[in-house]
Amino acid sequence: MLTKPHAYVSTTNACKLCRPLGAALAFKGIEGAVAFLHGSQGCATYMRRYIISHFREPVDIASSSLGEKEAVYGGGPNLKKGILNVMKKYRPAVVGVATTCLTETIGDDADRLVREFKAEFADLDLPEVVSVSTPAFGGSHMEGFHAAIRAVTEQVVTEPEPTTAVNLFPGFVSPEDLRHLKEICEDFKLAVTILPDYSDTLDGPTLEDYREIPEGGTPLPAIRRMAGAPASIEFGRTLRPERSAGGLLQTRHGVRLFSLGLPIGLRETDALFTALEEITGRPTPRRHALERGRLLDAYVDGHKYLSGKRAVIYGEEDLVAGLTAFLSEIGVKPVLAASGGSSGRLSHSIASVCGSIPGEAPEVLEDVDFHDIVEHARGLAPDLVIGNSKGYRVLARELGIPLIRVGFPVHDRFGAQRLRHLGYRGALALFDAVVNAVLEKSQDDSAVGYGYL
Amino acid sequence: MTTKRKPVPLNPAEIKAEMLKRYPPKVARRRDKQIMINEALANDTPEITANVRTIPGIISMRGCTYAGCKGVILGPTRDIVNITHGPIGCGFYSWLTRRNQTDASGAGDANYMTYCFSTDMQDKDIIFGGEKKLEQAIQEAYDLFHPKAIAVFATCPVGLIGDDIHAVAKRMKEKFGDCNVFAFSCEGYKGVSQSAGHHIANNQIFRHVVGEKDEKRPGGFQINLLGEYNIGGDGFEIDRILKRCGITNIATFSGNSTYDQFASAHTADLNCVMCHRSINYVADMLETRYGIPWVKVNFIGAGATAKSLRKIAAYFENPELSGQVEALIAEEMPAVEAARKDVHARTGGKTAMLFVGGSRAHHYQELFKEIGMKTLSAGYEFAHRDDYEGRRVIPHLKVDADSRNIEELVVEPDPERFQPRIDGDRQKSLEAKGLTFKDYEGMVPDMAAGTLVIDDLNQYEAEKLVRAFKPDIFCAGIKEKFSIQKLGVPMKQLHSYDSGGPYAGFRGAINFYREIDRMVNSKVWGYMKAPWQENPELSATYVWE
Repeated sequence: MLTKPHAYVSTTNACKLCRPLGAALAFKGIEGAVAFLHGSQGCATYMRRYIISHFREPVDIASSSLGEKEAVYGGGPNLKKGILNVMKKYRPAVVGVATTCLTETIGDDADRLVREFKAEFADLDLPEVVSVSTPAFGGSHMEGFHAAIRAVTEQVVTEPEPTTAVNLFPGFVSPEDLRHLKEICEDFKLAVTILPDYSDTLDGPTLEDYREIPEGGTPLPAIRRMAGAPASIEFGRTLRPERSAGGLLQTRHGVRLFSLGLPIGLRETDALFTALEEITGRPTPRRHALERGRLLDAYVDGHKYLSGKRAVIYGEEDLVAGLTAFLSEIGVKPVLAASGGSSGRLSHSIASVCGSIPGEAPEVLEDVDFHDIVEHARGLAPDLVIGNSKGYRVLARELGIPLIRVGFPVHDRFGAQRLRHLGYRGALALFDAVVNAVLEKSQDDSAVGYGYL
Repeated sequence: MTTKRKPVPLNPAEIKAEMLKRYPPKVARRRDKQIMINEALANDTPEITANVRTIPGIISMRGCTYAGCKGVILGPTRDIVNITHGPIGCGFYSWLTRRNQTDASGAGDANYMTYCFSTDMQDKDIIFGGEKKLEQAIQEAYDLFHPKAIAVFATCPVGLIGDDIHAVAKRMKEKFGDCNVFAFSCEGYKGVSQSAGHHIANNQIFRHVVGEKDEKRPGGFQINLLGEYNIGGDGFEIDRILKRCGITNIATFSGNSTYDQFASAHTADLNCVMCHRSINYVADMLETRYGIPWVKVNFIGAGATAKSLRKIAAYFENPELSGQVEALIAEEMPAVEAARKDVHARTGGKTAMLFVGGSRAHHYQELFKEIGMKTLSAGYEFAHRDDYEGRRVIPHLKVDADSRNIEELVVEPDPERFQPRIDGDRQKSLEAKGLTFKDYEGMVPDMAAGTLVIDDLNQYEAEKLVRAFKPDIFCAGIKEKFSIQKLGVPMKQLHSYDSGGPYAGFRGAINFYREIDRMVNSKVWGYMKAPWQENPELSATYVWE
């Protein structure tokens, strides 16, 4: 059931972030890349501080720092000067230019400006400069994220050079999730190019010697070879192939595309392992089969605590779809699935992941803010909430129920970069978290305070 | 297992040259003027360039005008509904992300700080204009909350498409009758840093709010505290101290503030300026229009706190007040002194760097001094020359295009309410006793010779600086925190206090001493090398050898 609330014109407590932030995050997952926002310097500063406080890692985002004069006469010269300055100081392999509200409103054509830049400074040893249009007056950070990844494949992938490495477009997941995906592929003995891969750049070790651009990320040569890959796997049920990197490689270079949901929970992860078996011709490696077994064992053991509990889910659309798939299969009843995103596909995705589960599908809210979410949640008597930190005060605390923190941003708990969501292992971590949240709540609410539950 | 830090031959000139080396010549020339080696010149301080545009592609610490206006100045005011007019990002990023605390525990206290209101402009609003949507958003906020005031903040596209937010605000104010509605043209591309946003915010508060409430509040020795934002509860500690001395704080601009506080600010008898950068012009305007003189104070550092309290007491020339101030200092200092002595044993002789704000890089040097730590280098993110070199340079400041874009209010004495709190004779006699009005000497005179003063430090220079000096602690904001720590140097956030605080006043000083002790004496940095990396020559031998 899809409800379009919009009782209000204004947005109160948004459940989405802006497009360029998603693009900047995506660029962080390319080796040697510096993200560059073409606009006022405040955008870079705001997004840096926001991303940094989630990952607790250095995040450098450059800006063309437009002022009033450039807002009138155009920001081209600043963009070019800015890229040159970044080159001098950082020696990047890639500069990822994303536009902002300011430059989109004045009509700066970043693609053209970058082309001009490349021609003007052809005598220099230029980095790969990728540009993507990301005005924030429409869509959310996820549109920016996917647009950046698509722009990279569009502008960097050139000649289809055959490779054994499979392409994997994971979407916006945690560094820990990326590491787990790598491990799965390794165990399948499958070479893989994950784009983006910020598992090291946004969750690095302490260093004796700081590097201006952190190590890690998808290597540029690997991205160039993506057109010759045997297949692409792309996560995200709400992602349209005509706007995705996997879709582009399929139509332009004929790379077979496996479009899957974010592998959260048993069934969506089963779909990933089935695809991997098909691609590699190998059976699921034993350690993952065992993890699946342990996950199911936990489902059995924990069912008594969770059965019939009612949950509200919010966040990015694909995350919401994945979490709904997971919750619905563990006996929790998802009563509300909400997102600030507006792809128009959330409702259908939720219906698909809940289809085989008995009971009513949850109410789905697309393109909503927390004000709408809370208003709807109140009448649904939820027992728990699952989503990012932004729903703590307005939703979980307001209704006096636990919040299980997942996704982005998580600013009120430690270890956000290491949260697990994907695969059998991620499902088990989520499952433990949900069960324990329910147990903790019942223990806290008890007049006696039993220590044996 | 501590890593030895080799003493670096600290030649500031060489380090400066090293920092400039990799810049293109033109950038190097510009940065050259913003990096200054502090030298003791006869009767003069060396000149620095500040408040100039950030160079594109340099990863600056600075924010934008919107951030300064909506985030910093209006952010801490709890009972004004703040609506961001623009696409969603700006409102979201400024949604309770500064640790400005407020106390809304009183009966009937409204607190809208936890909300994030935005018009969330879409393509069609950019094309056809967003005024109607804004009007509806204001109406909705009014219907929902019936607040005393609604403030509207412009983001970049608003100025570009020409939405007349001031006309909308005026119309809605007239329509409601019982709700003050005003707007801020604080588009992010204006000005060179958040400092422009502070100015735009303060101008509008002065124009639309100050003077709206004439009713005199009870309490003796009435002051306003200007430029204190209650990060980590600093304002709470200052208020505790003021109250115990019998000083009445009419309005804080703007930590833990309310609409009514601003509205009655003109009834106070003295303005005390904490952060000179963000608000000195408001102090000037309050003096011109209402006749309230101002003095510079600083509540960061126990010594500075005592000094500031004595300054206020000196102004009021009341023996009872002076007695209360002295009694309080005598009561609070033993605990401070005990903590200081204890910590000093472990921090004495250590070194610090501070790159933050428009006054904190100066004020916090006091706290470091108290525990025997030396400041090697400091600079502001968004200050102007007068914050470095003192107010004496103000007449000589170059007015460039960027400064001209920020409105300067022309203020006249208020025909009814102008009332000089002290006359010329009394001012002279107070000055003769050592009290200085309208004065701030800036940060540079307080710093040792040979220290490096750097304006608008960026990511790249920060790293060079830390590598060269290996300070024991580096202070800036969250954006710098993790890159500095990757260099093996502890980094203290002085914007948000790393979820700590308060650091102001007497109790705050104790908190700060302990925090710095914890950070500079942490053993964790000694474990960076694994045992097998420590002694790489160690190798296995056969047992029979």
